[in-house]
This record gives sequence, structure tokens and C-alpha cells, in this order.
Amino acid sequence: MTDIPLSNKRPRFFLAANPSVLVFLALLGLFTLGVTLLSEGAGTGALSTSFVKTLGKTLCLCLVAIAMDLVWGYCGILSLGHFAFFGIGGYAIGMWLMYARTELIVMESLTSATLPPTSQEVSDAIASQIFGVVGASELPSIWVFAHSLPLQLLAVIIVPGLLALVFGWLAFRSRVTGVYLSILTQAMTLALSLYLFQNDSGLRGNNGLSGLQNLPGLDDMPQSIISVWFFWASALALALGYLLANWVISGKFGNVIRGIRDDEARVRFLGYSVEGYKLFIFTLTAVIAGIAGALYYPQAGIINPAEIAPIASIYLAVWVAIGGRGRLYGAVIGAAFVSLVSSWFTGGQAPDVNLGFYTIKWVDWWTVLLGLSFVLVTLFAPKGIGGLFDLLFHRHLIDRHGADLGPDQGSKREEETGQ
Amino acid sequence: MTTLLEVSGVSKTFDGFKAINNLSFQIGERELRAVIGPNGAGKTTFMDIVTGKTRPDEGRIVYGDKGASLLKMSESRIAQAGIGRKFQRPTVFEDQTVFDNLMMALKNKRGPIAALLYRLDQRDREKVAALAESIGLRASLPRPAGELSHGQKQWLEIGMLLAQEPKLLLVDEPAAGMTPAEREHTTDLLKEAAKTRAVVVVEHDMEFVRRLDCKVTVLHEGSVLAEGSLDHVTKNQDVIDVYLGR
Repeated sequence: MTDIPLSNKRPRFFLAANPSVLVFLALLGLFTLGVTLLSEGAGTGALSTSFVKTLGKTLCLCLVAIAMDLVWGYCGILSLGHFAFFGIGGYAIGMWLMYARTELIVMESLTSATLPPTSQEVSDAIASQIFGVVGASELPSIWVFAHSLPLQLLAVIIVPGLLALVFGWLAFRSRVTGVYLSILTQAMTLALSLYLFQNDSGLRGNNGLSGLQNLPGLDDMPQSIISVWFFWASALALALGYLLANWVISGKFGNVIRGIRDDEARVRFLGYSVEGYKLFIFTLTAVIAGIAGALYYPQAGIINPAEIAPIASIYLAVWVAIGGRGRLYGAVIGAAFVSLVSSWFTGGQAPDVNLGFYTIKWVDWWTVLLGLSFVLVTLFAPKGIGGLFDLLFHRHLIDRHGADLGPDQGSKREEETGQ
Repeated sequence: MTTLLEVSGVSKTFDGFKAINNLSFQIGERELRAVIGPNGAGKTTFMDIVTGKTRPDEGRIVYGDKGASLLKMSESRIAQAGIGRKFQRPTVFEDQTVFDNLMMALKNKRGPIAALLYRLDQRDREKVAALAESIGLRASLPRPAGELSHGQKQWLEIGMLLAQEPKLLLVDEPAAGMTPAEREHTTDLLKEAAKTRAVVVVEHDMEFVRRLDCKVTVLHEGSVLAEGSLDHVTKNQDVIDVYLGR
């Protein structure tokens, strides 16, 4: 907070008080407009449909990175499980997409029958279509709401939120902090992904849900158009998510969670229930992650349990660290930069480096490079890419003679400060 | 004078070491009290127990007019009930401005939703300004607390305590690392605060205690050795033995 209180009053309007948000929204708007004009579906076609999808997915990753930054960069909880919530959101929307589309196909094939099909017949036909691949022919009970888009959309919010609420309540109430909490969250996401790998989990085991890019009833609509719609939806979600996150951190709530990050015990002695705040921010960010996932997977077309493997949540922390934690735009920049560079390297577009005795194939070596840059950023540039903005605006460090800003493990390091 | 806090028969053992041994202690509603004692006398553990950081093995702690027991309350509930604490090392939120530090401490609703919907109004703004004035940090309000000098941080922490409007203030070695001028200012702040509430000051420095000019409790090996005016306790043979002898 760099506003000067008392002498000049805080501007009345939220946006006027936070010019950086305006800049972000303007850039996002321009980017969206540019991509739209260059897309195959709505413009010149300079950008391929698959690239528009990649960009749309990247925006969703930026949104989940904002959630990660709220929970880790601002509240100091190094959650390594937020991709579980992201995946749950994807599964929730995927169930409806798959069910509704299969229902249309089944109805079409059954209209040729002499007798109109009973609802049981329809349900059985859908079940054998979807679950034939795992050798089942009955709809599992968790698919009971899959016919209804509103209910599954509700599940996108409620299921991650409820899981985070229960998990967080148990963990925070027992005062589990620091690395132990990180391990617990890893265990949570690992357990969830192992459970989903089972065929009888009711979500098609390791096959996952597929064909999610096809919207039910819109078979005639080309993917080039649908990709632009999803891109817009992702951009809108990112804009709203950024606004919400900024609102959360800019008031007294933000001061309290920053205090929790740096010195939890002190906040407690001020009379704030630290557990309540942690639970609130953990649950809120889980819901944001769920929404991001629900927008991501229809663009990816497929979701399977490997998506919520523990490593995915670790990548999320790496993005935020490389972008610069404790600043929302840092999370966005980190997620966009690393995930785009990552898809460039792993997509086989990066030229191999021939050293004579060994050829570096980036598909294999990219994770090594990423790991190395993570270590280097942590050691030598703890502010991440976001630190470049501090150079630009001449923000200086608080001189703490090498000490962190608080005794807690999540607290900001001296090198991360800027005022 | 009515009693605000009554500690009776409290004991606490850490790995066989009796940090607090059958301690009994009382303080009235508007009273300044200094607690002194050699290292390891249990001064800090006593504060930990009152603020809920440490649970005693046995004993009772009764607080307030209604005689509520503090033993079943969490740290944040105890703080909300009106017990403020200042730590030995100044602990302020270094990444945040002096204004934000005071604002966070200001007595208001403490729930997450209330904090989210909180809007800074003129009344709170003026309260913060007045507090900053009294701790001599009016001009430093927009500065990050991490930039303050050691003494200024100590005052900011005292200011944060006052902002909580506590009924009982526990202050752990407020004068540590202060210049003589800063010490004098701190004495004034504490004396002023004690006019409207109970203040317990833990201190090593006899000169500082003398300046506080109040009743003194001497702790030794986890229980009260002597109590009374500073002159009275310094004449006590037990106290002289503990401080000088052995």
C-alpha cells in the first residue's frame, strides 16, 4: 500500500484508487481484441484455431495463478494442491458436456425405432456409450446431475469449495503450517488423482472425459468460432478474477492476510482468528481455481486424472515464483510466460542444439531448464519477472540487514520487498 | 479497587523444568505494575499463559467482571476480550505502512467478512491520526514499518496495543535497546495508558522500573518472591539474595 492516508483522501471509486488494475484490464482488452481480429473464426485467420485455443487456455492458467498468488503470495500458505480444484472444475463441466452430447447422439439413433424410447432406455444407452470404455453400462450415481447444465455449473463452484473448506478446516484447525501443510496438500491432490485413475471411480478412470471441445447441439458451429467464444469467456473470467483478487487484497482483509503471511502469531494477538482467514482465502481460491478449470478443459478437449498429478500444482507454484509472488500481475505474467514458453519447447518447435557429442532435445530437457531457472530465480531474483517493474518505477528495498519480513516460513524475504 | 485479572495456583512444566510454579497474581482495573526477576524466573512464560499461547498444567485464570476463565479461550478470543500484548522483540508488520499497522490494530469487528467489507471512515482515520500523534509517528504514517528505527518500532507496537483499546496491557521489556530519551517517552506512554487500564510491564532494567514508580512484583523460579514498592522489595533479603547472591 503506497497511498498516503489522511492527507489525501482515497479516491471514491475502486478503479480510480487502483490505476494498475485499469492498466491490466486495458491490456487484456487490447489483447482480446487483437486475438479476435487475427483469429480464423472472426478475423483475418493469421492465428490458427489451435493457437487461439492455446491462448485461451493460457488465460485460464493465469486465472488459477492469481488464485495461487492470493493463497501463497499474500497469505503465505504454500498450497501445492490447487490444481486438484482446477481439475475438479474441469471434470464438473466435462460431465455435462459429455452427457448432453451423448444424449443427442443417442436420441438421434433411437428416433428410427418404431416405439418411442423410454427414459430408462435412453439412460442405459447413454451409459453404455460413455462407460463402455471402462466396461460398465450403468450411470454412476455422481452423474445424477449431469443432464443439467445449471447444476453442473453449480458443481464447478461447490465441489472445489466444499473440498477446500473441509480440508482447510481440518488442516488449519490443527495449526498445520509451512512445509507440513504443503505436503498435506500434495497428498490431497495425489489421493484424488489416484482415486480418479480407478475405473470404478465413475469418471472413466485413466481415459478421463473426452470430446469436450464439442458443444452439445452446436455440431454445425466450426471450432474456429467456438474457440473465439471460449477465448472471450476466459478473458472475461480473468478480468473478473483480477478485479476480485485486487478488491480482496486492497482493503483491511488484505492487510490481515499479509500479516498472517509474515507473522501469524502477531495477528492472533491482535484478536484476529487466523484460522478463519486462512480458511476463507483457501476456499475462495479453490473456487476460483475450479472456475478456471471449467473454462480450460473445454478448450483442451480432454481431461484425465494425470492432469491433477502432484507435479501440476508444483508447476503452479513455479509460475507464481518466476512471475513474482505477492503481486497479482506477477502471477499473470509468470503463468503466461512459462506456460507459453513451455508449450513452445515441448511442442517440438524449439530447434535442437547439437553439441557435437550430444544433441539437446528440448522436449526432454525443457523440465531441466525450467527447474534450473526456478532455482536461479529463487536465489538471485526473488522478485521474479515482476521485479522488472520495480526497476521501472524506482521502488527500493526495505533494508532489513538480511532478515525476512517476519518469522513465518511463508513470509516475504528482504529481497522481495519494494515500496 | 476491583480485580481485573486473577491468576491462582498456576503451574507449567517444560520437559521437567518448572517454568511456573504455583504462581498467584492479581491486578486491578487501573493499575500499573512492574514484574521483575532474574533470567528464567518465568516472566515471559507468565505472559504466554495469560495470552493463551501456552496452556498451564494446572491452576485458574479469571478475568473481567464476569469472571471468565481464560483457559478455554483461543489467543484471538483472549485478545478480543481485551488483553493486549507487546513482545520483547518489536513485532510490527514490516511490509505494511505505519498507517496500515495501526489500522489493523484499531478496535473493530475482527471477522473475515467484516474485514472484507470494512470501509475506512473519517472517525477511524482521526483515531489513527491521534494515536500516531501520541507515539510520535504522525509524520511517518505513509512509511513502511520496516523502515522505522528500533525505538520507533517499539512505539508503533505500543500504539497498536493502544489501538486495540485493551483493558489489560502486557508489555515485555519495552525499553530494550532504546536511547535514554526514547526510554523517557516510553515511560510517559505507559504511565498515561495505566490511567485508563491495567498495565503489566516486564522489565530487567531497575532504573526504568524506578521511573515507572509503581507497585513491583518480583518473580523467582516461577513464583512470586516479593511484592510492594520498589524500595520495599529491594530491601527484602530474599530479593537481594536472588539478584546478588549465589
